[in-house]
Amino acid sequence: MMTHLTDDELVLHYYGEMDAADERRAETHLTECNSCQHNYARLQRVMAYVDSAPAVDAPPEFERVAWARLEAALPARRSGWLSSFVLSPARLAWAAVLIVVIAGAYMAGRLLPRTAPPAGTTAVPAAASAAQVRERILLVDLSDHLDRSQMVLVELVSAEGSGDVDISTEQARAQQLVAANRLYRQSALTTGDTAMAAILDELGRTLVDIAASPSTLSQADLDQVRQRIESKGLLFKVRVVSSDVRERQKAAMLERTGQRALGTTKS
Amino acid sequence: MPHTDAAAVALARGGDNEAFRALVERHSRAVYRLAHRMTGSPQDAEDVVQETFLRAYRQLSRFESRANFGTWLHRIAVNCSIDLIRSRKHQESGHDAPDLEQFEAAADERVDPSPERLMLSTEVQERVSAAMASLSHMERAAFVLRHFEGQSIEEISRSLGLKANATKHSVFRAVRKMRLALEQFVEG
Repeated sequence: MMTHLTDDELVLHYYGEMDAADERRAETHLTECNSCQHNYARLQRVMAYVDSAPAVDAPPEFERVAWARLEAALPARRSGWLSSFVLSPARLAWAAVLIVVIAGAYMAGRLLPRTAPPAGTTAVPAAASAAQVRERILLVDLSDHLDRSQMVLVELVSAEGSGDVDISTEQARAQQLVAANRLYRQSALTTGDTAMAAILDELGRTLVDIAASPSTLSQADLDQVRQRIESKGLLFKVRVVSSDVRERQKAAMLERTGQRALGTTKS
Repeated sequence: MPHTDAAAVALARGGDNEAFRALVERHSRAVYRLAHRMTGSPQDAEDVVQETFLRAYRQLSRFESRANFGTWLHRIAVNCSIDLIRSRKHQESGHDAPDLEQFEAAADERVDPSPERLMLSTEVQERVSAAMASLSHMERAAFVLRHFEGQSIEEISRSLGLKANATKHSVFRAVRKMRLALEQFVEG
């Protein structure tokens, strides 16, 4: 009795993935069996349809936006030791690791209830204080990043002048902020802080837009940029997050002061 | 702007970022298309583009000038997409792509298209997109690598860190979903 080829065997045959013996058997069977021939022809037509569907294209102006994001992350080979240190991949990678670790501590600090150590005890193990130091560094970095981003947005929203406006300074600053923003967004995603990630995502897109704009804008173009910033309430959102981070910084500072006092009392 | 990729690569190797920019502007769209096909997400595709060019920049010294820059970049982009997909492997169980049965039921519910509609390639494209969107990360990666990139099951298994049978299974499921989505367009 003739054994028909299964759908999966037809797929293997289609892609030339059968071993030599199975391939011969399939070939022979296909020449003899109308039903399998028919099924195979249908598979071939379906695959032809799959081939006919074009891949999804990138949005308009993608090349400019891609370059704006990338330029900020490239090592500056010829712009002196300082900028090369600031933007080197090694430093960015280190920053990413640091941010992930510290963002975890930050999230844990935000989500877990704070408990005061029992009176008369010193709850300051060395490992915990190292994590706290890292957390404080992150909070300072993140706060600084948000402040600098806010300044760029505020300056664009409040830019005045008649005729064309030169935004090259804001643009250069936006360009520098893009790579760091990306790392903070990834860290927020890693730690499951989706609200923070969403705001950083919005902020990142706006920074990229600014970085990719022409350095001189007409009043109409500038109005459009302002509208984009204002319509999303981005400035407000960044302020709220920034103030939250600052509160957390204060709490970390108080915690450290308390620990020092406890340590002093103990000794 | 350098006229050829080879000239741009030579300048970029010497630290000329404007030359590298020319390469990004020439090739980023093609890398995006590949990355979107592999990952199925615009955000992931953007991330893959970024990572691809960063890797290319770091490895420019290893690029052989007689080779084709586009082909070399394409390989890097495939690897970056695979790395991203592999990093998501553990999240696969959480992926909300419908399983084959759900997809089959949805395909059955669709109204039979009229002959006029059959002629509309946009309809076919929409079906292909919907079927691709229904694939899990691994099914999509295995299918794209097998079908569009022409890699063997063995190569795909190595890249994705899967056993050969698991790779085959992913390809089979992907093809079944394509057939479910498109067979009503096939005559005979």
